[in-house]
Amino acid sequence: MVAPVVLVIGVIIGYPLVRGVFLSLTDANEANVERNIGVNHLPATYKFTGLDNYRAVLSDSVFWDRLGWTVLWTVGCVSLTFLIGLALANMLNRTLRGRTFYRLALILPWAIPAFISVFTWRMLYNEKSGILNKLLAGGGIDAVPWLNDPTWAKLSVIAVNVWLGVPFMLVALLGGLQSIPGELYEAAEMDGAGPWQRFRNITVPGLRAVSSTVILLSTIWTFNMFPVIFLLTRGGPGDATEILVTYAYRLSFIDSPRNFSESAAWGVLILVLLSVVAVVYRRALRKQGEVW
Amino acid sequence: MRRGIRGVTATALVAGLALAATACGGGDSSDGAGSGGELSGTVTFWDTSNDAEKATYRKLAEGFQKEHPKVHVKYVNVPFGDANAKFKNAAGGNSGAPDVMRTEVAWVADFANLGYLAPLDGTPALDKTDDYLPQAVGSTRFKGKTYAAPQVIDTLALFYNKKLLKDAGVEVPRNFAELATAAKKIKAKTGATALYLRGDDPYWFLPYLYGEGGNMVDARDKVVEIDDGAGVKAFKTIKSLVDSKAAVTDATDGQENQLRALKDGTVAMAVDGPWDIEGARAGKSFKDKKNLGVAPVPGGSTAQGSPQGGWNLSVYAGSKNLQASYAFVKYMSSAKVQQQTNEKLSLLPTRKSVYEVPAVKNNEMVKFFKPAVDGAVQRPWIAEGNSLFEPIKVQMNKVLTGSATPEQAAKATGDAYRKLLKDYK
Repeated sequence: MVAPVVLVIGVIIGYPLVRGVFLSLTDANEANVERNIGVNHLPATYKFTGLDNYRAVLSDSVFWDRLGWTVLWTVGCVSLTFLIGLALANMLNRTLRGRTFYRLALILPWAIPAFISVFTWRMLYNEKSGILNKLLAGGGIDAVPWLNDPTWAKLSVIAVNVWLGVPFMLVALLGGLQSIPGELYEAAEMDGAGPWQRFRNITVPGLRAVSSTVILLSTIWTFNMFPVIFLLTRGGPGDATEILVTYAYRLSFIDSPRNFSESAAWGVLILVLLSVVAVVYRRALRKQGEVW
Repeated sequence: MRRGIRGVTATALVAGLALAATACGGGDSSDGAGSGGELSGTVTFWDTSNDAEKATYRKLAEGFQKEHPKVHVKYVNVPFGDANAKFKNAAGGNSGAPDVMRTEVAWVADFANLGYLAPLDGTPALDKTDDYLPQAVGSTRFKGKTYAAPQVIDTLALFYNKKLLKDAGVEVPRNFAELATAAKKIKAKTGATALYLRGDDPYWFLPYLYGEGGNMVDARDKVVEIDDGAGVKAFKTIKSLVDSKAAVTDATDGQENQLRALKDGTVAMAVDGPWDIEGARAGKSFKDKKNLGVAPVPGGSTAQGSPQGGWNLSVYAGSKNLQASYAFVKYMSSAKVQQQTNEKLSLLPTRKSVYEVPAVKNNEMVKFFKPAVDGAVQRPWIAEGNSLFEPIKVQMNKVLTGSATPEQAAKATGDAYRKLLKDYK
């Protein structure tokens, strides 16, 4: 019965994964892999080099610099998205007029293809002609170099990613809130619990299962959030906003000849990092009695 | 020629249905196909010209069909910023690559090194090669073979708004020091900033580097040169121009922002190339076309120089229609088409004979740009030539935003080059 599953996993997950790991142990690049161009057949001439790529990557300060920013970016984005999502979900989790409208409006960013949102943001951020700086100028404030200053660029990419990520959090947490029985709140109110106490003791525990899942998912997505960084700043200015995945992309698509092996090594390292994060996170949850 | 990265487009590319050219005999073979057969089938052409140019290029490309009615030219405009990666994806994966591509001069050696291009020596694609400007031929050759036919040649120059300079009472600056001095007057009298400095595109760094007598690498002796004193000075120059507010810059969208600033008159000068002549003239500052002045790129403290650029036509090695592709390259680089390109777009021909045509000779932009091109600095035509730009881009961004000193930037660029060019000192 499980044969089809094994087959599908083997083909769509196993093969690329094994191939990637294999490439990371070689010196394969665009100039020495096998190619068929028209009538020409160029044989593969790359060699097995063991752990050389990993040694090179891990002893290079570039990796550690990028890792530092990637962690900051992930923690910043996930915590902001979660907090904003939670606040909005709480506000929407009651009967109020026009609730459907608010919900739809808040889900809208999610419905727009990410690259379109990012391009729109890029126009808004344009230092010379963007609307954000026009608005500031109206208030007599100097133009902000949104994408042209390392610190502002970091804040700008985080802002866009939060904007893109909030709807998901909102929907997930709203679902979680609605699964908490109303009787609990009523009982607590009878016992004289204030709004904050109710939130601390009913809402937070009630949301734990949902929030632990969305936080893990969101962490993994954000860690690998290629389009926002690449389309907004291409990792710039300089390499200020370059995260691990955009750097790996640079190695295998911008440098020439394209460095497949080192890029694969970066990919494997990213996978290992995220796996470790997921395992540690699960352990921590299990210790708190969460079955996940 | 390099332009700002334009963002990803969703141009869907479908490989043209290609037919063998030799099948049906009997036609006259004025095309020089050699086999005596009439050319037929489809030639997919990837053109990288910009928005102001592409309509003209499409017309010219499709003009090939008049001479060869059985050949269908499939014209595809691929934005410059995407073209290199797109071609590599298609060529390496052996699906969807065009038969002929308009290839930037620095890409030819790279593509040829990877086996993606068909050698053109002895094919009909190379026609009257003695007529080409020698410096245009430089970039078409790799390891003793010819992989492309030159189509246009260009270099950078200083575009300036004559009226703004006149109002400010300053002369066209001959070097960056003069520009910095003039900037104060320009700001005070007209409110405009003196210069738009492309901080997002490393190609624009080269005049500053050459101006200090520096170079990226010495390809003959295999030495990395960018991290020497000249490289440091070049980074210092761009930093001081921006810090002193003589220049404005951006880390993204420089192509659009520069052209807009020049057109709107918010900057008085910009370093730009012939490909933006049409675009600039469309702006409100240049309603009177004569208001656009062109001068040599300002020099540095020891020299003056701007990089030689341009576009070549190359044929994909896996093309299923090589004969027609060769004929198409021959046509697109012919004197006739080059003359039309010049008349419509003021782009510079690569054929000496075209410069003799009165209409071309008297073109104001040619009058200026031809001597500029003759004096332009040839880049190292090595396989990694195009990859030399990315480290500069990262570092010039860092210098301009103050997160690296000129010394650190020059050193980091040199280190990146040595990583890329393993046998260089």
